[in-house]
Amino acid sequence: MITTETVILAALCYIGVLFAVAYIGDKRADAGRSIINRPSVYALSLAVYCTAWTFYGSVGRAVRSGPGFLAIYIGPTLMAILGWVVVRKILRISRIHRITSIADFIASRYGKSVALGGVVTGIAVFGIVPYISLQLKAVSASFLLLAHYPESIEALHFGNLSVFGDTTFYVAVILAVFAVLFGTRKPEVTERHEGLVAAIALESVVKLAAFGAIGIFVTYGLYGGFADLFNHMSRNTELARLLTFEGPGGAPPDWGVQIVLSMLAVVLLPRQFQMTVVENIDEAHLRKAMWLFPLYLLAINFFVLPVAVAGILQFGATAVDPDTFVLRLPLAHGRNALALLVFIGGMSAATGMVVVETIALSTMISNNLVMPILLHIRPLRVDRHSDLGAWLVAVRHGAIVAVILLGYVYFRQTAEYYPLVAIGLVSFAAVAQFAPVLFGGIFWKGGTRAGALSGLCAGFLVWLYTLVLPTMTDAGLMPLSFIQEGPWGVGWLRPFRLFGLAGFDSISHGVFWSLLANTGAYIGVSLFTRQSPLEQTQAAMFVNVFHLSGEAGESTVWRGTALVPDLTSLLERFLGEERTREILDHYMGDRDAGWGESLNADPDFVTHVETMLAGVIGSASARVMVSSVVTDETFGIQEVMDIVDETRQVINYSHELEKVTADLKEANERLQELDRLKDEFISTVTHELRTPLTAIQSIAEILRDYPDTGKEEKSEFLAVMITETQRLSRLINQVLDFQKIEAGRMAWQLTSLDLCSVIRGAIDATHQLVAGKEISLTRELPEAVPAITGDRDQLMQMMINLISNAVKFCAPGTGEIHIALAHQNDALVLSVRDNGIGISEAEQQAIFEPFTQISAASRGRPQGSGLGLAITKRIVAFHGGGISVWSAPNDGATFTVVLPVMFKGGEEGGGEARSKAASR
Amino acid sequence: MTKDAVRGRRLIALFLLGYVMLNNPLLSLFNLPTLVLGIPLLFGYIFGVWLALILLILLIFRTGSPLS
Repeated sequence: MITTETVILAALCYIGVLFAVAYIGDKRADAGRSIINRPSVYALSLAVYCTAWTFYGSVGRAVRSGPGFLAIYIGPTLMAILGWVVVRKILRISRIHRITSIADFIASRYGKSVALGGVVTGIAVFGIVPYISLQLKAVSASFLLLAHYPESIEALHFGNLSVFGDTTFYVAVILAVFAVLFGTRKPEVTERHEGLVAAIALESVVKLAAFGAIGIFVTYGLYGGFADLFNHMSRNTELARLLTFEGPGGAPPDWGVQIVLSMLAVVLLPRQFQMTVVENIDEAHLRKAMWLFPLYLLAINFFVLPVAVAGILQFGATAVDPDTFVLRLPLAHGRNALALLVFIGGMSAATGMVVVETIALSTMISNNLVMPILLHIRPLRVDRHSDLGAWLVAVRHGAIVAVILLGYVYFRQTAEYYPLVAIGLVSFAAVAQFAPVLFGGIFWKGGTRAGALSGLCAGFLVWLYTLVLPTMTDAGLMPLSFIQEGPWGVGWLRPFRLFGLAGFDSISHGVFWSLLANTGAYIGVSLFTRQSPLEQTQAAMFVNVFHLSGEAGESTVWRGTALVPDLTSLLERFLGEERTREILDHYMGDRDAGWGESLNADPDFVTHVETMLAGVIGSASARVMVSSVVTDETFGIQEVMDIVDETRQVINYSHELEKVTADLKEANERLQELDRLKDEFISTVTHELRTPLTAIQSIAEILRDYPDTGKEEKSEFLAVMITETQRLSRLINQVLDFQKIEAGRMAWQLTSLDLCSVIRGAIDATHQLVAGKEISLTRELPEAVPAITGDRDQLMQMMINLISNAVKFCAPGTGEIHIALAHQNDALVLSVRDNGIGISEAEQQAIFEPFTQISAASRGRPQGSGLGLAITKRIVAFHGGGISVWSAPNDGATFTVVLPVMFKGGEEGGGEARSKAASR
Repeated sequence: MTKDAVRGRRLIALFLLGYVMLNNPLLSLFNLPTLVLGIPLLFGYIFGVWLALILLILLIFRTGSPLS
C-alpha cells in the first residue's frame, strides 16, 4: 500500500530533478559548455519515440496479439539504417535553411508557401492532440492505480471527477509550465533548447532503467529466468497463443503496414522531427545514433514478453487490463519501491513525449498559423511593431497551453473509450500523410506546391473519413449505422470498407486509402502544374543539397532593392539589438572590408536576413516579412534558371570544358611556336657563328698557301682574324645571355643604384669605340636622380648596347651621339640619339626581335650579332620599364628607355619579361 | 565514388535485407509455436535479426571503404 502523498511526493521530486537538469543544461549552453553535444545524448533524445504507449501499452499489445507489438519498433530500426541517406539529407537541408519544424520544412520546399505550412500544422495538431491526451491518460491512470491499490480503478470514470479533483489536470499544468520554461526561452527556434534535450535524454535513461528493473524482477525474482518463463508458455495454451502471429500463415497485413507506418512516423512525428533535426547539434552525431537508437528500442522491448507472460500467469488474460501489468506485478508482490520506480518510468515516457510534442506544435502553430495570419491582417499592422520577438514568445506560450489544454479536454471527453494502441496508430497515420510531400520533396524536383497541397488535403480527408469519424460512433457523436451501412446507406462508402475493400484491420485499411489518395494527388497534380521560379529554386536546393556549396551562392533569387537599415531593424524587432549586432558582426566578418559602405543591401545580405528570420518565424513568414521591406521585388526568371536548371549546369560545365580545351589548344600552339622559334634561333646562331669562322678559316688558308705574303699584309690579316675571333666570342656571350634571360635563369643581382653613374661607366667603357670612329658624344645628365633598384651589370650592358648600336649607324667623322637622362613622373627617361642612317618604319617593328639586322645595302655586311637590342629590351622589361624607338630614314634614330623608380625587383618582373618573351 | 556514397549504398542494401527478413513470407517460416533452446522461435528470430542489423550498421561504419 502506497499512500497518495508518497506518490505525489515522488512525482514532484522527479519533476524537480528534471527542472534542475534542464536548468543546468540551459546555463551550461549559455556558458558555451554544452552538456548535450555528444552523440549518445542525441541518440537518447531520439528515444522520446518511446512514450507511455511503449511503456504500458507494449505489454498489453503482446498479451492481445503476440509478437505484433514489435512492428512499431522494427520500423524505426529500418529507418535508422536509411538514416544515412534520408535523415542526413533532411539535417543538411534544415541546417542551411534554418528550418524550425516539419511544417516549415515542407512549406520551404514548395516555395515557402504559407498555405502549405498552415495545412501541415493543421494536420499535425489534429493528429497529435489525441496522442497527447493518451499520455495524460496513462499518467493519471497509473497514478490512480498506485494510489488506490488494491482498490480497483476500473470503476473510476474520469468524466465523473471534477477538474480540480483530477490529477490529470495538475499533470497537464506542470507539463505546460515545463514546456513554457524550457521550450520557448528565445524566439530563435534554431538556437536549440539544450536544457530540454538534457532532460529528455535523462527521461530516456529513466524509462529504460525502470522497464529493465521490472523485467529483471519478473524474470529472475518471480520466476527462474527466461527458460522457466518460456517453459510455461509451451505448456499453457493461453500462453502458447503469444508465441506466434494470430491466424494461419505468417504475419498479418497490419504487421507490414505498421512497420511502414512507424518508419515514417519516426521521422515525421513533430516531436521526432524536433529532436532529430531541430535540436541536432552536429551532423556527425547521426552516425552513432544510427545504431544506438535501434539498440535502445531493442533493449526496451526485451522484457515485454516475459512481463506479459508473467502477468497472464499471475492475473489471467482478461481479469485486469494488461496495460497495467507492469505496475500490478510489483504491487501484487509488495515491492512498493519498484512499483514507484515503474510509475516514474511511465511518467518519464509520457511527460517527455507531451513536452517535446507541444513545443514542436507550438513552433508550428506560431510560425505557420498565427504569424502568417497576423501579418496578413492589415489593420493590425503587426509588421510595424517594434518588439516582435516578445510577441512571438507569447504566441508560443499560448500555443503550448492551448495544445495541452486541448489534449486534456479530449481526454475528458473521449479518451476513456479507447485503448492506448488505437489512438497512437491513428496519430501515426496522420503524420504519415507528410511522407509523400516530404520524401518526394527531397528526392524529386518535380513536386509542385499545388501537388503538395492536393496530396496533403486528399490524404487528410481520407484519413479523417476512414480513421477518425468511425471512432466517434463509440462516443455517440455518429450513428452506428455510419459504419455498418455507410453514410445515407451507401454501402461502398462504409468507412472501414471503402469501395468494398475487405480483409484489413481498420488502421491498415485507412492507411492504404489515405496514402494512396495522398500520393496519387501529389504526383498527379504535380505533373500537370508548373512551379514558380521560387519553387524551382527551393526544389533544386533541397534535392541537390549535397552538390551545392551550401549557404553561399543561393542569393540570386532576390532582385529587388532593399535598404540595409530596413533589414537590420527587421532583425532587431524579432531578435533584439544585441543578437542582431552579433549576427551582423558575424556576417561582416566573412566579407571583404568594403562591405556595408553601400546603403543598398546586396542580394546575398537579403537572403542572409531572410534565413536568419526563418530560424525564428519559419521560412514562409520570413519571406512575407522581408518582402515588406524589399521594393520592386521581381524574380529574374533567367537568373533563376541560370542557377537552378540542371541543363544549365550541364551547359556551364561543357562551357568550362570548352574553355579548358581552348586553353590547352592555345598552350599547344604556343609550344609549337616556341619550338619553331628555337629552330630558327639555332639556324640563325649557327649562321652567325659560321660567318666569322669562315673569315678566320679563309685568312688562315691564305697565310698557309702563300707563305711569302708581305709582313705588312700578314699583320693586317692577323688583325682581321683577331677582330673576327672577338666578334665570335662576343656573339657566343650574347647568345648565352639571351638564353639565360629567355629561360628566366639569369641571376639578377639587385642593388640600389644611381643610373647616372651607370651611364657614365658605360660611356667610359665605350670610349675607345666612339673615339675610333671619330664620333662626338655629348651627354646631358641631371645632377641627381632618384636611386632605382636594378642589376648594375645588366643595366651597364644595356647602356653599352645602346651606345654601340648608335656607333654602328653613324658615319665616321661626322657622327654625333647625344645621351640624355631626365626624371619624369616617377620614372627615369633615358634617350640615346644618333644622326646615322636611320631605321625604316618596317624595320622599327622588328628591331627588338633577336637576330634582326638592319639591312643597309650601302654599308655591306652588318656588324652586330642581331642580339644586342633583343637583350636590351629584355633587360629593360625585367626592370619593369619599356623601350621604344623613333626614327626616320637618313635622319638618325632616338632610342628611349623608360625605367620606373618604383620598381622593387623580384619574380614578377622576371616572370613578366619571360612571359612577354614567350608569348611572341 | 566517395566514402559516403559507398556507405549509402551498403546501408540501403542492409535496409532491403532487413525489410525482407522481417516481413512475410520469410517471417511465416518462423511462425511456429515452438521453443528452440528454450527460446520462442519467432521472438528469437526477430530479435536475432534485429541485433544482427544493429551490428551490421556498426560494421559498415567501422570498416573503411575498399574504394577509398
